Amino acid sequence: MIRDTSLSSKLWIRAVWIFVGFFILNLFAMIGSVVTSSFATRWLGTWFPAGWTTRWYSSAWSEFQLQDVLLVTFEVVGAVVVISGLLGVTAAYALARRDFAGKKIIMLVILLPLIVPPITFGIPLATVLYQTGFAGTFWGVVAANLVPTVPFVILVMIPFIEQIDPRLEAAARVFGANTFKLFVHVLMPLLLPGILAALLLVLVRTIAMFELTFLVAGPTSQTLVVALYYAVFAAGVRAVQSIDAMAVVYMVTTLVWLIIALRFVNPTQIVTRAKQQPAH
Amino acid sequence: MTMTVLAEKQIIESGPSLHQRLAARGFDAVTLLVIPAFALLALLFVYPFAYGLILSFEPKAGSAWSNYQRFFTDPYLYTTIWKTLLLSVPVTVLNLVVSLPVAFRVRLMYRQRLLTTILVVPITLGTVLIAEGLLNYLGPQGWFNRTLIAVGLIDHPLRLVHNYWGVFASLLINGFPFTFLLVLSYVTGIDPALEQAAATLGANARQRFTSVFLPILMPGLAITFCLSFVQAFSVFPSAVLLGEPAGQTRVISIAAYQAAFEEYDYSMASAIAMIMGIVQLAIVLGMMATRGLFYRGPVAGTKG
Amino acid sequence: MTIALQKFDELRLEQVRREFGGLNALKDVTLTVKRGEFIALLGPSGCGKSTTLNCIAGLLPVTGGSIWLDKRRIDTLRPEERGFGMVFQSYALFPHLTVKQNVGFGLKMRGVPKAEISRKVDEALALVRLTGQAQKLPGQLSGGQQQRVAIARAIVIEPPLVLMDEPLSNLDAKLRLEMRAEIRRIHNTLGATTIYVTHDQDEALSLADRIVVLKDGVIRQVGTPNELYEKPAHIDVADFMGFRNRIKGRVIRQAGASATLAVGGSEVTGIMRSSVQDGSEAYAAIRADDLMTGEPGQNAFAARIETIEYRGREFVGTARTSDGIDLVFRSDHAVALGANVHLRAAPERVLVFSEAM
Repeated sequence: MIRDTSLSSKLWIRAVWIFVGFFILNLFAMIGSVVTSSFATRWLGTWFPAGWTTRWYSSAWSEFQLQDVLLVTFEVVGAVVVISGLLGVTAAYALARRDFAGKKIIMLVILLPLIVPPITFGIPLATVLYQTGFAGTFWGVVAANLVPTVPFVILVMIPFIEQIDPRLEAAARVFGANTFKLFVHVLMPLLLPGILAALLLVLVRTIAMFELTFLVAGPTSQTLVVALYYAVFAAGVRAVQSIDAMAVVYMVTTLVWLIIALRFVNPTQIVTRAKQQPAH
Repeated sequence: MTMTVLAEKQIIESGPSLHQRLAARGFDAVTLLVIPAFALLALLFVYPFAYGLILSFEPKAGSAWSNYQRFFTDPYLYTTIWKTLLLSVPVTVLNLVVSLPVAFRVRLMYRQRLLTTILVVPITLGTVLIAEGLLNYLGPQGWFNRTLIAVGLIDHPLRLVHNYWGVFASLLINGFPFTFLLVLSYVTGIDPALEQAAATLGANARQRFTSVFLPILMPGLAITFCLSFVQAFSVFPSAVLLGEPAGQTRVISIAAYQAAFEEYDYSMASAIAMIMGIVQLAIVLGMMATRGLFYRGPVAGTKG
Repeated sequence: MTIALQKFDELRLEQVRREFGGLNALKDVTLTVKRGEFIALLGPSGCGKSTTLNCIAGLLPVTGGSIWLDKRRIDTLRPEERGFGMVFQSYALFPHLTVKQNVGFGLKMRGVPKAEISRKVDEALALVRLTGQAQKLPGQLSGGQQQRVAIARAIVIEPPLVLMDEPLSNLDAKLRLEMRAEIRRIHNTLGATTIYVTHDQDEALSLADRIVVLKDGVIRQVGTPNELYEKPAHIDVADFMGFRNRIKGRVIRQAGASATLAVGGSEVTGIMRSSVQDGSEAYAAIRADDLMTGEPGQNAFAARIETIEYRGREFVGTARTSDGIDLVFRSDHAVALGANVHLRAAPERVLVFSEAM
């Protein structure tokens, strides 16, 4: 790396860091104002609230039926993680190990749900789900969420599987492992770090997936982020602090999983998965 | 169908079995593992899209094209394209233009991970929470306006929510980290020896950027622009919560949502979704067409 | 031949230091390179040889000392102001530019007129024997061809000094020998001054006029290949020059230029290459070629054969003494595995070094 030490480049560097600092400062201030508000007794026209309280959490908990919402959220997320893991890893294995006619078309179908924004395909998807009666149900929400997560798992796993030497599998077969044993004793241990990383990212993304859940969820199949949207949308009905308390609950839920995920993945992986597509 | 069955029979009788022949072309039990995932996507992605496309030509009333006709003649509908572009294009360009110099600095950092972790937070929190946060933070009594007044830059609070700027800010907070992390991954993917080589050959910092980095980065920047643009173009929750959903920030996804869930006109909603997809596709294709002008290939250097 | 490298008399490194995170640091490196010399910087990885090269090129700042090109101090200049040609280990060819544009890059940066760039690039490509590949992209070339492009790109700017950072390490063995000869040919044709970093002593011995051996950021020895090969000044240099037997012992007596060490139950006498003191620990270094089976007596180790390999004209084996010292030896006849033999080296072929400086 070449480090330039001229005056103009020093000014330039200063400007870049000021921008980054400004961005991060505003980000934290924004999060901070939500957290502050959620603990405020009354906060009008001053820098800081008049007093502090935790009662908004208990009121949010009962007003928004957070217990039910959280339960649904985790059920949805759990089902999405398990199903996209099963379908995604097996498909990724086939795509990483075999070259066959029509592979490019399949890759395109897998890539598109990640590139097309959820709101665009969500509306026709919701239409179909409403007409088949799936919309509003638990499985309707899970199905909608699978559309981007299965391709995501596939694209994360393909390069991961490709780097495992196929001769290792051949060797296991030579030593008498059948397909099942091969999978359990050879592939699983090798793939586990990749699967774990992929599924944690799916988990974080599904908790935060608003559009698809919003379009297909009914009153009993709302996840936390959709409930939060309705609460903000209907602001004025409830106290602001109560909504902010709910927002904090949502933040904590998401960030806890993000922190866990970051122990296994690089932060850039959260956005750059689309780059992992194999070269055609 | 019967023809192929017959043909297969013949193959079984003479020469290698069907099983072997298929395996030779890459079809065997392992290949079949792709079927469940593909079937799911066919059912939940390809089929709804095709269904939506057909449905958009089966309006509640009028001729096949009447949904599209209505969209492009009703100013309340067709202006949404313009309003959405007015938000998404400037934000995407700004994000990209700012990301590039920042990525070039961060590439030299030893503790990149702390910064990238911080920047992943707004992406993870998602648009709804950012919208709620900004309502507090950018509101007339929020910390942002208070600080500006305290510093003496302004006398009266700026109106930053429930209008264009609120949505703009939320797209910036969500979009900048996304754009930046993509750009960073492209920038760090370039072999540092290329810059060193350019320097020893007499290129100064600006020449190294314009003659080496920029041409190599161009395809990656084009992809980044497309991905960031498509995200910004589909802005929805923040346009409702932070913007002026009936006016200035009535973006195209709001129009689609209202058609589907307020008017229950799925045919019209599908038509708007298709238009949304086509505008995105047009910009992406336009961007990709320019890619043909640039170098495409490995950027990690030219090892062996 | 119109590629005329800029003239200068000497490049001087004066107590160049670089302190940064322990590894790859340099400690007071002082070296003078005369015009026309081919200098090899030799050492194991992390010894500071690439760091030295990068400091000369300006890619890494020095933290102390100075670098001079004749009367001009250059360590404060940016790399683009130094005008040295450099060949990188990964070649670092610009992937988006054709061969011709790659080679012409440096001239373009200097604002040379197009016609002249074209003429000079053609000439440089002819010199590296790549005429006809000019319009290809680097990705379409083989490793050896990429290497030639990298060399052409470095010399076309007519640099006073050509720097090469392990340029052959990415090539297979056969191509490496071929390119080695090419590099020397180009050096001679142009009358260039070359500083060449390598960890391969064969490369250094066959290419260089003078070799600089570095270890842990310190210059251990500077000398002609012959001097280094015959008279290594330090045990680390001996290691590098093929003294595969490095036997630790205690000095029991000295006589003139020779010293005798006690090694377990045996004694070994050799020529002192650094001053040692009676009673102190020291090393005896012996090449495998000089340790052969023979009669018991002076400078003989009783050992048991562990492995034996046929090498065409001779055998090379390993043996272990009763004190657990492993020895590598040569033999002109087959020796049975497990046999007890005596391995002898003539005292004038044994070098004695004090323990690491």
